[in-house]
Amino acid sequence: MLARTAASIRGIGSRSIDAVLRLGYAARFIARTLASSGTSVKRPRLVVRELYFTGVLSLIIILVSGLFVGMVLGLQGYQTLQTYGSESALGVLVALSLVRELGPVVSALLFASRAGSAMTAEIGLMKATEQLSAMEMMAVDPISRVVAPRFWAGVISMPLLAAMFSAMGVFGGYLVGVVLIGVDEGSFWSQMQSAVDFREDIVNGVIKSFVFGVAVTWIALFEGYDAPPTAEGVSGATTRTVVTSSLAILFLDFILTAFMFRGV
Amino acid sequence: MERSTMDLWVGLFVVAGIGALLVLALKVGNMSSASVSDTYALTANFDNIGGLKPRAAVKSAGVVVGRVSEVKFDNEKFVARVSMNIDKSYKFPKDTTASILTSGLLGEQYIGLEGGGDTANLASGERIKHTQSAVVLEKLIGQFLYSKAAEGGDKK
Repeated sequence: MLARTAASIRGIGSRSIDAVLRLGYAARFIARTLASSGTSVKRPRLVVRELYFTGVLSLIIILVSGLFVGMVLGLQGYQTLQTYGSESALGVLVALSLVRELGPVVSALLFASRAGSAMTAEIGLMKATEQLSAMEMMAVDPISRVVAPRFWAGVISMPLLAAMFSAMGVFGGYLVGVVLIGVDEGSFWSQMQSAVDFREDIVNGVIKSFVFGVAVTWIALFEGYDAPPTAEGVSGATTRTVVTSSLAILFLDFILTAFMFRGV
Repeated sequence: MERSTMDLWVGLFVVAGIGALLVLALKVGNMSSASVSDTYALTANFDNIGGLKPRAAVKSAGVVVGRVSEVKFDNEKFVARVSMNIDKSYKFPKDTTASILTSGLLGEQYIGLEGGGDTANLASGERIKHTQSAVVLEKLIGQFLYSKAAEGGDKK
Protein backbone atom coordinates (compact mmCIF):
# COMPACT_ATOMS: atom_id res chain seq x y z
CA MET A 1 0.00 0.00 0.00
CA LEU A 2 2.69 2.41 1.06
CA ALA A 3 4.88 1.40 -1.83
CA ARG A 4 2.01 1.96 -4.29
CA THR A 5 1.31 5.45 -2.90
CA ALA A 6 4.97 6.33 -3.11
CA ALA A 7 5.05 5.11 -6.70
CA SER A 8 2.03 7.17 -7.69
CA ILE A 9 3.50 10.30 -6.10
CA ARG A 10 6.77 9.63 -7.92
CA GLY A 11 4.72 9.27 -11.12
CA ILE A 12 3.16 12.70 -10.63
CA GLY A 13 6.59 14.16 -10.00
CA SER A 14 8.22 12.63 -13.04
CA ARG A 15 5.30 13.64 -15.28
CA SER A 16 5.47 17.27 -14.06
CA ILE A 17 9.23 17.33 -14.64
CA ASP A 18 8.65 15.91 -18.12
CA ALA A 19 6.05 18.60 -18.86
CA VAL A 20 8.33 21.42 -17.72
CA LEU A 21 11.19 19.88 -19.68
CA ARG A 22 9.09 19.76 -22.85
CA LEU A 23 7.97 23.36 -22.28
CA GLY A 24 11.58 24.47 -21.98
CA TYR A 25 12.49 22.53 -25.11
CA ALA A 26 9.53 24.11 -26.93
CA ALA A 27 10.68 27.60 -25.88
CA ARG A 28 14.22 26.85 -27.12
CA PHE A 29 12.69 25.50 -30.35
CA ILE A 30 10.68 28.68 -31.07
CA ALA A 31 13.71 30.84 -30.21
CA ARG A 32 15.83 28.88 -32.68
CA THR A 33 13.10 29.06 -35.31
CA LEU A 34 12.93 32.84 -34.96
CA ALA A 35 16.71 33.15 -34.96
CA SER A 36 17.09 31.07 -38.13
CA SER A 37 14.28 32.61 -40.18
CA GLY A 38 16.81 34.59 -42.23
CA THR A 39 16.59 31.91 -44.92
CA SER A 40 12.83 32.52 -45.24
CA VAL A 41 13.53 36.19 -46.02
CA LYS A 42 16.34 35.38 -48.45
CA ARG A 43 14.31 32.68 -50.20
CA PRO A 44 10.67 33.82 -50.07
CA ARG A 45 9.78 31.00 -52.49
CA LEU A 46 9.97 28.59 -49.54
CA VAL A 47 7.36 30.62 -47.63
CA VAL A 48 5.17 30.99 -50.73
CA ARG A 49 5.12 27.20 -51.16
CA GLU A 50 4.03 26.73 -47.55
CA LEU A 51 1.48 29.55 -47.85
CA TYR A 52 -0.07 27.55 -50.66
CA PHE A 53 -0.40 24.45 -48.49
CA THR A 54 -1.50 26.11 -45.25
CA GLY A 55 -3.40 29.13 -46.56
CA VAL A 56 -4.81 28.49 -50.02
CA LEU A 57 -5.83 24.90 -49.35
CA SER A 58 -7.61 25.95 -46.11
CA LEU A 59 -9.66 28.54 -48.02
CA ILE A 60 -12.62 26.34 -48.91
CA ILE A 61 -13.30 25.09 -45.39
CA ILE A 62 -12.82 28.59 -43.92
CA LEU A 63 -15.12 30.30 -46.43
CA VAL A 64 -17.87 27.68 -46.26
CA SER A 65 -17.83 27.54 -42.45
CA GLY A 66 -17.82 31.34 -42.28
CA LEU A 67 -20.85 31.55 -44.52
CA PHE A 68 -22.78 28.98 -42.51
CA VAL A 69 -21.81 30.42 -39.12
CA GLY A 70 -22.99 33.84 -40.34
CA MET A 71 -26.26 32.39 -41.62
CA VAL A 72 -26.91 30.60 -38.32
CA LEU A 73 -26.13 33.79 -36.42
CA GLY A 74 -28.61 35.61 -38.63
CA LEU A 75 -31.39 33.09 -37.96
CA GLN A 76 -30.76 32.73 -34.22
CA GLY A 77 -30.17 36.43 -33.66
CA TYR A 78 -33.36 37.31 -35.48
CA GLN A 79 -35.38 34.91 -33.32
CA THR A 80 -34.12 36.53 -30.10
CA LEU A 81 -34.05 40.16 -31.22
CA GLN A 82 -37.57 39.90 -32.62
CA THR A 83 -38.88 39.27 -29.08
CA TYR A 84 -37.67 42.74 -28.12
CA GLY A 85 -38.74 44.35 -31.38
CA SER A 86 -35.19 45.26 -32.31
CA GLU A 87 -34.58 43.21 -35.46
CA SER A 88 -32.75 46.19 -36.91
CA ALA A 89 -29.86 45.46 -34.53
CA LEU A 90 -29.29 42.12 -36.31
CA GLY A 91 -26.36 43.53 -38.27
CA VAL A 92 -24.67 44.68 -35.06
CA LEU A 93 -25.11 41.27 -33.46
CA VAL A 94 -23.77 39.35 -36.46
CA ALA A 95 -20.85 41.68 -37.13
CA LEU A 96 -19.69 42.12 -33.54
CA SER A 97 -19.85 38.45 -32.63
CA LEU A 98 -17.97 37.52 -35.80
CA VAL A 99 -15.31 40.22 -35.75
CA ARG A 100 -14.58 40.00 -32.02
CA GLU A 101 -14.91 36.30 -31.26
CA LEU A 102 -16.14 33.78 -33.78
CA GLY A 103 -13.98 34.91 -36.69
CA PRO A 104 -10.61 34.56 -34.97
CA VAL A 105 -11.54 31.60 -32.74
CA VAL A 106 -13.43 29.34 -35.14
CA SER A 107 -11.04 29.96 -38.02
CA ALA A 108 -8.10 29.20 -35.69
CA LEU A 109 -9.75 25.94 -34.58
CA LEU A 110 -10.35 24.98 -38.20
CA PHE A 111 -6.81 26.01 -39.09
CA ALA A 112 -5.41 23.86 -36.28
CA SER A 113 -7.22 20.77 -37.48
CA ARG A 114 -6.81 21.42 -41.20
CA ALA A 115 -3.27 22.82 -41.49
CA GLY A 116 -1.72 22.22 -38.06
CA SER A 117 -2.24 18.46 -38.08
CA ALA A 118 -0.83 18.25 -41.62
CA MET A 119 2.26 20.20 -40.53
CA THR A 120 2.86 17.87 -37.58
CA ALA A 121 2.41 14.74 -39.64
CA GLU A 122 4.68 16.01 -42.40
CA ILE A 123 7.55 17.02 -40.10
CA GLY A 124 7.07 13.94 -37.92
CA LEU A 125 7.32 11.68 -40.99
CA MET A 126 10.34 13.60 -42.26
CA LYS A 127 11.96 12.89 -38.93
CA ALA A 128 10.85 9.24 -38.85
CA THR A 129 12.21 8.62 -42.37
CA GLU A 130 15.42 10.41 -41.39
CA GLN A 131 15.05 13.17 -43.97
CA LEU A 132 15.89 15.75 -41.30
CA SER A 133 19.08 13.88 -40.37
CA ALA A 134 19.97 13.63 -44.07
CA MET A 135 19.64 17.40 -44.36
CA GLU A 136 21.91 17.90 -41.39
CA MET A 137 24.37 15.53 -43.02
CA MET A 138 24.41 17.84 -46.08
CA ALA A 139 25.02 20.83 -43.79
CA VAL A 140 21.48 22.14 -44.39
CA ASP A 141 19.87 23.33 -41.18
CA PRO A 142 16.42 21.64 -41.07
CA ILE A 143 15.08 24.37 -38.78
CA SER A 144 15.81 27.17 -41.24
CA ARG A 145 14.97 25.09 -44.33
CA VAL A 146 11.84 23.19 -43.15
CA VAL A 147 10.51 24.66 -39.91
CA ALA A 148 10.89 28.44 -40.25
CA PRO A 149 9.11 28.79 -43.64
CA ARG A 150 6.16 26.81 -42.28
CA PHE A 151 6.07 28.97 -39.16
CA TRP A 152 5.95 32.22 -41.11
CA ALA A 153 3.42 30.85 -43.58
CA GLY A 154 1.11 29.95 -40.67
CA VAL A 155 1.58 33.31 -38.97
CA ILE A 156 0.85 35.21 -42.21
CA SER A 157 -2.12 33.15 -43.34
CA MET A 158 -4.00 33.01 -40.00
CA PRO A 159 -5.09 36.72 -39.82
CA LEU A 160 -5.98 36.68 -43.52
CA LEU A 161 -8.11 33.54 -43.08
CA ALA A 162 -9.82 35.03 -40.01
CA ALA A 163 -10.61 38.24 -41.90
CA MET A 164 -12.10 36.22 -44.76
CA PHE A 165 -14.11 34.14 -42.29
CA SER A 166 -15.57 37.28 -40.70
CA ALA A 167 -16.31 38.95 -44.04
CA MET A 168 -17.98 35.78 -45.31
CA GLY A 169 -19.95 35.48 -42.07
CA VAL A 170 -21.26 39.03 -42.32
CA PHE A 171 -22.31 38.23 -45.88
CA GLY A 172 -24.07 35.08 -44.63
CA GLY A 173 -25.87 37.10 -41.95
CA TYR A 174 -26.88 39.59 -44.62
CA LEU A 175 -28.19 36.80 -46.85
CA VAL A 176 -30.39 35.33 -44.13
CA GLY A 177 -31.36 38.57 -42.38
CA VAL A 178 -32.00 40.90 -45.27
CA VAL A 179 -32.58 38.72 -48.33
CA LEU A 180 -34.42 35.80 -46.70
CA ILE A 181 -36.21 37.26 -43.65
CA GLY A 182 -36.51 40.83 -44.84
CA VAL A 183 -34.87 42.97 -42.16
CA ASP A 184 -34.49 46.53 -43.42
CA GLU A 185 -31.25 46.71 -45.41
CA GLY A 186 -30.44 50.32 -44.50
CA SER A 187 -30.66 49.82 -40.74
CA PHE A 188 -28.81 46.48 -41.01
CA TRP A 189 -25.71 48.20 -42.45
CA SER A 190 -25.94 51.60 -40.77
CA GLN A 191 -26.39 50.22 -37.25
CA MET A 192 -23.56 47.81 -37.91
CA GLN A 193 -21.28 50.63 -39.04
CA SER A 194 -22.08 52.81 -36.06
CA ALA A 195 -21.48 49.98 -33.58
CA VAL A 196 -18.35 48.34 -35.00
CA ASP A 197 -15.24 50.38 -34.29
CA PHE A 198 -12.15 49.95 -36.45
CA ARG A 199 -9.60 50.21 -33.63
CA GLU A 200 -11.61 48.53 -30.86
CA ASP A 201 -13.15 45.65 -32.74
CA ILE A 202 -11.48 44.94 -36.07
CA VAL A 203 -7.86 45.59 -35.06
CA ASN A 204 -8.35 43.62 -31.85
CA GLY A 205 -9.76 40.72 -33.88
CA VAL A 206 -6.71 40.79 -36.15
CA ILE A 207 -4.38 40.85 -33.12
CA LYS A 208 -6.23 37.85 -31.70
CA SER A 209 -5.92 35.83 -34.89
CA PHE A 210 -2.23 36.73 -35.15
CA VAL A 211 -1.63 35.39 -31.63
CA PHE A 212 -3.61 32.23 -32.45
CA GLY A 213 -1.56 31.81 -35.62
CA VAL A 214 1.68 31.94 -33.65
CA ALA A 215 0.33 29.51 -31.03
CA VAL A 216 -1.08 26.95 -33.49
CA THR A 217 1.94 26.83 -35.79
CA TRP A 218 4.33 26.73 -32.86
CA ILE A 219 2.52 23.79 -31.28
CA ALA A 220 2.13 21.97 -34.60
CA LEU A 221 5.78 22.36 -35.62
CA PHE A 222 7.11 21.48 -32.18
CA GLU A 223 4.94 18.37 -31.89
CA GLY A 224 6.17 17.24 -35.30
CA TYR A 225 9.80 17.98 -34.52
CA ASP A 226 9.59 16.30 -31.13
CA ALA A 227 7.54 13.27 -32.27
CA PRO A 228 8.99 9.80 -31.58
CA PRO A 229 10.19 8.52 -34.98
CA THR A 230 7.63 5.72 -35.25
CA ALA A 231 4.22 5.43 -36.93
CA GLU A 232 2.62 5.39 -33.50
CA GLY A 233 4.62 8.39 -32.36
CA VAL A 234 3.62 10.49 -35.37
CA SER A 235 -0.07 9.63 -34.98
CA GLY A 236 0.09 10.50 -31.27
CA ALA A 237 1.82 13.79 -32.05
CA THR A 238 -0.85 14.69 -34.61
CA THR A 239 -3.61 14.05 -32.08
CA ARG A 240 -1.76 16.09 -29.45
CA THR A 241 -1.37 18.98 -31.91
CA VAL A 242 -5.11 19.25 -32.47
CA VAL A 243 -6.01 18.86 -28.79
CA THR A 244 -3.29 21.13 -27.38
CA SER A 245 -3.73 23.88 -29.95
CA SER A 246 -7.53 23.89 -29.55
CA LEU A 247 -7.15 24.25 -25.79
CA ALA A 248 -4.45 26.90 -26.25
CA ILE A 249 -6.71 28.87 -28.61
CA LEU A 250 -9.62 28.89 -26.16
CA PHE A 251 -7.39 29.74 -23.19
CA LEU A 252 -5.58 32.52 -25.06
CA ASP A 253 -8.92 33.83 -26.28
CA PHE A 254 -10.11 34.25 -22.71
CA ILE A 255 -6.90 36.05 -21.71
CA LEU A 256 -6.95 38.35 -24.72
CA THR A 257 -10.65 39.10 -24.34
CA ALA A 258 -10.10 39.97 -20.69
CA PHE A 259 -7.41 42.44 -21.74
CA MET A 260 -9.23 43.90 -24.74
CA PHE A 261 -12.89 44.16 -23.76
CA ARG A 262 -13.07 44.85 -20.08
CA GLY A 263 -16.25 46.84 -20.54
CA VAL A 264 -14.72 50.08 -19.30
CA MET B 1 1.80 21.68 -59.34
CA GLU B 2 3.79 24.13 -61.40
CA ARG B 3 5.59 26.91 -59.62
CA SER B 4 3.89 29.83 -61.38
CA THR B 5 0.37 28.47 -60.81
CA MET B 6 1.19 28.09 -57.12
CA ASP B 7 2.46 31.67 -56.98
CA LEU B 8 -0.72 32.85 -58.64
CA TRP B 9 -2.89 31.09 -56.07
CA VAL B 10 -0.85 32.42 -53.15
CA GLY B 11 -1.04 35.93 -54.62
CA LEU B 12 -4.80 35.58 -54.99
CA PHE B 13 -5.03 34.31 -51.42
CA VAL B 14 -3.14 37.30 -50.00
CA VAL B 15 -5.15 39.75 -52.13
CA ALA B 16 -8.41 38.14 -50.99
CA GLY B 17 -7.29 38.31 -47.34
CA ILE B 18 -6.39 41.99 -47.55
CA GLY B 19 -9.60 42.59 -49.48
CA ALA B 20 -11.59 40.97 -46.66
CA LEU B 21 -9.83 43.21 -44.13
CA LEU B 22 -10.70 46.26 -46.26
CA VAL B 23 -14.33 45.14 -46.50
CA LEU B 24 -14.44 44.74 -42.72
CA ALA B 25 -12.87 48.18 -42.20
CA LEU B 26 -14.99 50.09 -44.71
CA LYS B 27 -18.30 48.27 -44.94
CA VAL B 28 -18.66 46.70 -41.48
CA GLY B 29 -16.68 49.17 -39.39
CA ASN B 30 -16.91 52.94 -39.27
CA MET B 31 -13.62 53.72 -41.02
CA SER B 32 -15.42 55.30 -43.95
CA SER B 33 -17.29 57.82 -41.81
CA ALA B 34 -13.92 59.35 -40.82
CA SER B 35 -14.45 59.31 -37.08
CA VAL B 36 -10.86 60.42 -36.51
CA SER B 37 -11.16 63.89 -38.00
CA ASP B 38 -9.86 67.01 -36.25
CA THR B 39 -11.47 67.60 -32.88
CA TYR B 40 -11.31 70.03 -29.99
CA ALA B 41 -11.81 69.19 -26.31
CA LEU B 42 -14.59 70.38 -24.00
CA THR B 43 -15.32 69.41 -20.42
CA ALA B 44 -18.48 69.46 -18.34
CA ASN B 45 -19.26 68.69 -14.70
CA PHE B 46 -22.29 66.57 -13.88
CA ASP B 47 -23.78 65.73 -10.49
CA ASN B 48 -24.59 62.27 -11.75
CA ILE B 49 -23.64 60.70 -15.06
CA GLY B 50 -25.73 57.53 -14.71
CA GLY B 51 -24.30 54.94 -17.06
CA LEU B 52 -22.30 57.22 -19.36
CA LYS B 53 -19.13 55.57 -20.66
CA PRO B 54 -16.08 56.73 -22.60
CA ARG B 55 -16.70 56.66 -26.39
CA ALA B 56 -20.37 57.46 -25.86
CA ALA B 57 -21.78 59.79 -28.51
CA VAL B 58 -22.15 63.55 -28.10
CA LYS B 59 -25.17 64.66 -30.09
CA SER B 60 -26.74 67.96 -30.93
CA ALA B 61 -30.23 67.95 -32.44
CA GLY B 62 -29.73 64.19 -32.93
CA VAL B 63 -26.59 64.58 -35.03
CA VAL B 64 -23.39 63.00 -33.69
CA VAL B 65 -20.90 65.86 -33.24
CA GLY B 66 -18.30 64.17 -31.04
CA ARG B 67 -17.41 61.47 -28.56
CA VAL B 68 -16.84 61.28 -24.81
CA SER B 69 -13.11 60.80 -24.24
CA GLU B 70 -12.84 60.45 -20.48
CA VAL B 71 -15.00 60.25 -17.35
CA LYS B 72 -13.39 61.18 -14.04
CA PHE B 73 -14.48 61.93 -10.50
CA ASP B 74 -13.59 65.38 -9.18
CA ASN B 75 -12.57 64.82 -5.58
CA GLU B 76 -12.88 68.50 -4.58
CA LYS B 77 -16.32 69.33 -5.86
CA PHE B 78 -17.67 65.73 -5.68
CA VAL B 79 -18.96 65.79 -9.22
CA ALA B 80 -18.20 63.78 -12.35
CA ARG B 81 -15.97 65.54 -14.85
CA VAL B 82 -16.62 64.44 -18.42
CA SER B 83 -14.17 65.29 -21.20
CA MET B 84 -15.35 65.10 -24.79
CA ASN B 85 -13.86 65.63 -28.23
CA ILE B 86 -16.03 67.66 -30.59
CA ASP B 87 -15.57 67.77 -34.35
CA LYS B 88 -13.74 70.99 -35.37
CA SER B 89 -16.40 71.88 -37.90
CA TYR B 90 -19.08 72.32 -35.21
CA LYS B 91 -19.05 75.40 -32.94
CA PHE B 92 -21.21 75.88 -29.87
CA PRO B 93 -22.02 79.17 -28.02
CA LYS B 94 -20.72 79.72 -24.48
CA ASP B 95 -24.12 79.23 -22.85
CA THR B 96 -24.63 75.74 -24.30
CA THR B 97 -26.45 73.25 -22.09
CA ALA B 98 -25.12 69.69 -21.84
CA SER B 99 -27.52 67.02 -20.61
CA ILE B 100 -27.21 63.27 -20.30
CA LEU B 101 -29.96 61.56 -22.27
CA THR B 102 -30.91 57.99 -23.08
CA SER B 103 -31.54 56.73 -26.59
CA GLY B 104 -34.73 54.71 -26.48
CA LEU B 105 -36.14 53.12 -23.37
CA LEU B 106 -33.20 50.86 -22.52
CA GLY B 107 -30.63 52.26 -24.91
CA GLU B 108 -27.19 53.70 -24.40
CA GLN B 109 -26.66 57.02 -22.69
CA TYR B 110 -25.25 59.96 -24.61
CA ILE B 111 -24.62 63.65 -24.08
CA GLY B 112 -27.02 66.08 -25.74
CA LEU B 113 -25.79 69.60 -26.45
CA GLU B 114 -28.28 72.44 -26.84
CA GLY B 115 -26.94 75.75 -28.08
CA GLY B 116 -27.85 79.01 -26.34
CA GLY B 117 -27.94 82.58 -27.62
CA ASP B 118 -24.45 83.75 -26.75
CA THR B 119 -22.45 85.25 -29.61
CA ALA B 120 -19.05 83.99 -28.37
CA ASN B 121 -18.25 80.32 -29.02
CA LEU B 122 -16.71 77.73 -26.70
CA ALA B 123 -12.98 77.40 -27.31
CA SER B 124 -10.88 74.26 -26.93
CA GLY B 125 -10.43 73.12 -23.33
CA GLU B 126 -13.32 75.22 -21.97
CA ARG B 127 -15.97 73.94 -19.60
CA ILE B 128 -19.69 73.80 -20.38
CA LYS B 129 -21.29 75.52 -17.37
CA HIS B 130 -24.93 74.54 -17.74
CA THR B 131 -25.39 70.83 -17.25
CA GLN B 132 -28.24 68.51 -16.53
CA SER B 133 -27.61 65.16 -14.86
CA ALA B 134 -28.79 61.76 -15.89
CA VAL B 135 -32.22 60.67 -14.74
CA VAL B 136 -31.81 58.08 -12.01
CA LEU B 137 -34.82 55.83 -11.89
CA GLU B 138 -34.71 55.30 -8.11
CA LYS B 139 -34.66 59.04 -7.44
CA LEU B 140 -37.51 59.59 -9.86
CA ILE B 141 -39.67 56.98 -8.15
CA GLY B 142 -38.73 58.46 -4.77
CA GLN B 143 -39.84 61.91 -5.87
CA PHE B 144 -43.05 60.53 -7.30
CA LEU B 145 -43.89 58.71 -4.05
CA TYR B 146 -43.01 61.80 -2.03
CA SER B 147 -45.29 64.05 -4.09
CA LYS B 148 -48.10 61.48 -3.96
CA ALA B 149 -47.76 61.34 -0.18
CA ALA B 150 -47.82 65.12 0.00
CA GLU B 151 -50.99 65.18 -2.15
CA GLY B 152 -52.68 62.66 0.13
CA GLY B 153 -51.76 64.81 3.15
CA ASP B 154 -53.38 67.91 1.59
CA LYS B 155 -56.69 66.17 0.96
CA LYS B 156 -57.24 65.25 4.61
